[in-house]
Amino acid sequence: MERLLEVKDLKTYFNTDDGLLKAVDGVSFYVDEQEIIGVVGESGCGKTVTQLSVMQLIARPGKIVGGEVIFEGRDILKYKPHGEEMRAIRGGKIAMIFQEPMTSLNPVLTLNQQLSESLMLHLKMNKEDARKRAIELLRLVGIPSPEARIDDYPHQFSGGMRQRVMIAMGLSCNPKILIADEPTTALDVTTQAQLLELMTEMVERFRSSLIIVTHNLGVVARYAKRIYIMYAGKIVEEGTCKEIFKHPRHPYTIGLLNSVPRLDTVGKRLVPIEGLPPNLTNMPDYCAFLPRCPYKTEKCRTSPMPDLRDVPGEGHRVRCYVDIAEVDNVTVK
Amino acid sequence: MPEAKVIVAKEADVEPRINEWKRFCRVFLARKIIWLALFVIALLLFTAVFGPWLAPYKPNEQNLADSMAPPSRKHLLGTDRLGIDTFSRLIYGARTALIVGVATSFTSAIVGTLLGMVAGFMGGVVNTVIMRFMDALMGFPMIVLALLLAGVLGSGMLNIIIALTVANVPGYTRLMCGMTLSVKENDYIMAQRSIGSSSFRILAKHIFPNTLQPMVVMLTTSLGGIILAEASLSFLGIGIVPPDVAWGSMVADGYKYLQTNPILSFAPGICIMLVVFSFNIIGDGLRDALDPRLRGTL
Amino acid sequence: MLSYIVRRLLWGLVIIWLVTLIVFFVIRLLPGDPLLIYLAQNQDINSMPREQIDALYREYGLDKPILVQYANWVFNLLRGDLGLSITYRQNVGKLMLERLPVTLHVGMTGFIVSLVPGVLVGLIAAMRRASWIDNVVTIISYTGIAIPVFWLAYILIYVFGLRLKWLPIAGYVSPFEDFWLSTKHLIMPVICISLPGIAATARQMRSSVLEIASQDYVRTAWSKGLAEKAVVCRHILKNSLIPIITLLGMRIGFIFGGSVIVENIFAIPGMGRLLVGSIFAQDYVVIQANALIMAVIIILSNLLVDISYGWFDPRIRYD
Repeated sequence: MERLLEVKDLKTYFNTDDGLLKAVDGVSFYVDEQEIIGVVGESGCGKTVTQLSVMQLIARPGKIVGGEVIFEGRDILKYKPHGEEMRAIRGGKIAMIFQEPMTSLNPVLTLNQQLSESLMLHLKMNKEDARKRAIELLRLVGIPSPEARIDDYPHQFSGGMRQRVMIAMGLSCNPKILIADEPTTALDVTTQAQLLELMTEMVERFRSSLIIVTHNLGVVARYAKRIYIMYAGKIVEEGTCKEIFKHPRHPYTIGLLNSVPRLDTVGKRLVPIEGLPPNLTNMPDYCAFLPRCPYKTEKCRTSPMPDLRDVPGEGHRVRCYVDIAEVDNVTVK
Repeated sequence: MPEAKVIVAKEADVEPRINEWKRFCRVFLARKIIWLALFVIALLLFTAVFGPWLAPYKPNEQNLADSMAPPSRKHLLGTDRLGIDTFSRLIYGARTALIVGVATSFTSAIVGTLLGMVAGFMGGVVNTVIMRFMDALMGFPMIVLALLLAGVLGSGMLNIIIALTVANVPGYTRLMCGMTLSVKENDYIMAQRSIGSSSFRILAKHIFPNTLQPMVVMLTTSLGGIILAEASLSFLGIGIVPPDVAWGSMVADGYKYLQTNPILSFAPGICIMLVVFSFNIIGDGLRDALDPRLRGTL
Repeated sequence: MLSYIVRRLLWGLVIIWLVTLIVFFVIRLLPGDPLLIYLAQNQDINSMPREQIDALYREYGLDKPILVQYANWVFNLLRGDLGLSITYRQNVGKLMLERLPVTLHVGMTGFIVSLVPGVLVGLIAAMRRASWIDNVVTIISYTGIAIPVFWLAYILIYVFGLRLKWLPIAGYVSPFEDFWLSTKHLIMPVICISLPGIAATARQMRSSVLEIASQDYVRTAWSKGLAEKAVVCRHILKNSLIPIITLLGMRIGFIFGGSVIVENIFAIPGMGRLLVGSIFAQDYVVIQANALIMAVIIILSNLLVDISYGWFDPRIRYD
């Protein structure tokens, strides 16, 4: 079956003052029609850069150096970043919502100006229709009295409201895929839950697929069908949501799970992952997680970075030499 | 749902401190133009210090027989109407420019820092009085203010330094007042207050170090502006007077001979431009290298 | 909004009052007795009867204590009387009315000429960052800031005045008398006044655009699939002009500063030339009035900039 979006062996490097930074180093994933997936990892693991690469929104000193992004059967990486074809996809077919609702909206333009411009560009609407549609969209995402507020400026809205506007903006042109990069991180807990609910609801209504990018496994637990765990520019584990939560196989995933509060672990201590993420400019040949890994063996130290290998469970793959299921009393402490 | 307790660290926190200096040097020295600027400034320092030994003639040594000589081996850049060697005058002018520039920028930095930190830290009436007064001083174009003061004080190197200092203090005061205010609001300063540290201690130990970086940048950049202003005053004839030599007055002196001997005006002008250019380049380079946000923008 | 403007205006008045203090007391420290200097230039003081000198002192109010003199000066200022020039023996207000339009003509032309090219060049350099255009613009703008105005003037005079003989090297003609000749006279002074402005504006614009271009909302704009032109014109340009506008008031200051030098070189009978001349002649009445007018214009234009700011930046609230 043909995937809606399939990313193959994507590599995005940054030429920084401190040397070559391999932010995304051979990442592959796919999304099907109307599917919700999660991409999870710590800050700086390359999850955002992966998504920006899909949109070809990598700015200097970053560069997409390899891989394919196949969308509706065509490798869109072949398109020029600012060419017609890519621009038609960006915002029209694949839309993106960013992490910081406070800074992601232009402070000197009204909501109408910012919402209408995509509509006029991609759906060829005229000014009046675009305005009407914009009001409708704002109503859909739950902005009270949108007719009155559409000419307001972003600073007149709260963070949660602005993220609602971002969702409206992202979905305005009925995109095939909505990429939400840490959509709720900057918001307070109750707002987070509301927004996730709204986002999934909206995606369903618009028949779009959704890629949720987050550092919080808890965020994707309820909504994502499949989950990718990223660490240091690579995917270290992938599988269905159920598999990942029930049978985590990568030490990093286990660490992430231990650091998320869960109903079945109430009263137990949350265990942070020891150590810090590696410096991506100076990566060792061996497994990048090794210095923080509680399961490391001699083989890990002497062998190169492990490849993703199939393990039992539907579509479950893991980048680790150690078969943790056999090592000890597994899973979540 | 609560935030996951994953340890989130920014790249910068992981980097050990030593790398900061190395990184600074690498970023700072990455651009070729910086090397040119550093070379010019090194040359300026060298000629300023060793001028008397480098110059083939005294800066006021007249030799009417050699009046208006064209460039030759004897007189590298020729002579003026009184037969004074232009090249030697340029060398002595370097000393003047550097002395005025450095003395002015340092005195105004010190005065401005004191005033700005006091204004920012005390707030209230003190702040209002100091800052409004600075606003009033800034109401004058720098050159006009310096001109007025130089007119009052009279010509001469010391007076020019004083005049230019007064004209430069408001900029520093504003910078330091703003910095002090923003640093003061930080949590760790509040913490210091709560454990009863004295105001002076907080100012000296906690606020001052935080303001050093923008200070260094401003010091370097303002050097260029000061040298330019000194040259302008000297050009107008209200600046450096003989026996001191100033590039600005050399340009002015050459006007009468612009048609016959343009070198007299052009050579000192090039010197002023190169030096100001270099200080500005270095100042901006420092700013870019010190400010991680702007890293790589130039 | 209104209360904000009123408050700003009141503060502006306070600052202008401080300016009068600075102008008056600094200038009164001038060495020498201005009246005696003037008289000495014209006639033999020793042969002058004492009463005549005293009468002159009274005429200029110099016989009163300095605070009274200050009060008189301010009082007269409020009535619109700027005093009597010692050297010109003329009403200073009238003198200023002759000189100010000349300076404004040259200065404002330079000001306007410096804005558009500066903004455009800076914008292009930033959008084509690290390209050859950017490098050339960067080098030229650094040079433009570093170039001494008086030296640039000499080069222009040498090339266009003395060698090519295209332009007159000195003097000023009112545009109402002979517009074409007036413009010819204007070209070199305007280049001198505007070049540092163009360079500085270009540099500020470039860094401002770079700063804005890295903002999240610009990324949002790109992510909508907008063309570069739309991103730049709608999302980057307006935001990056904000800091440029803040500095407009300061530019007016530079214009006056530049006019001091430029007017002296090109023999333009404006305020700058008058100021330098009066400093040499120690004509304190003229110096006071001259410096005060410059400062007031600068302070008022800064005020105007501050108030008009909200039009560009909706985030500014006037409270």
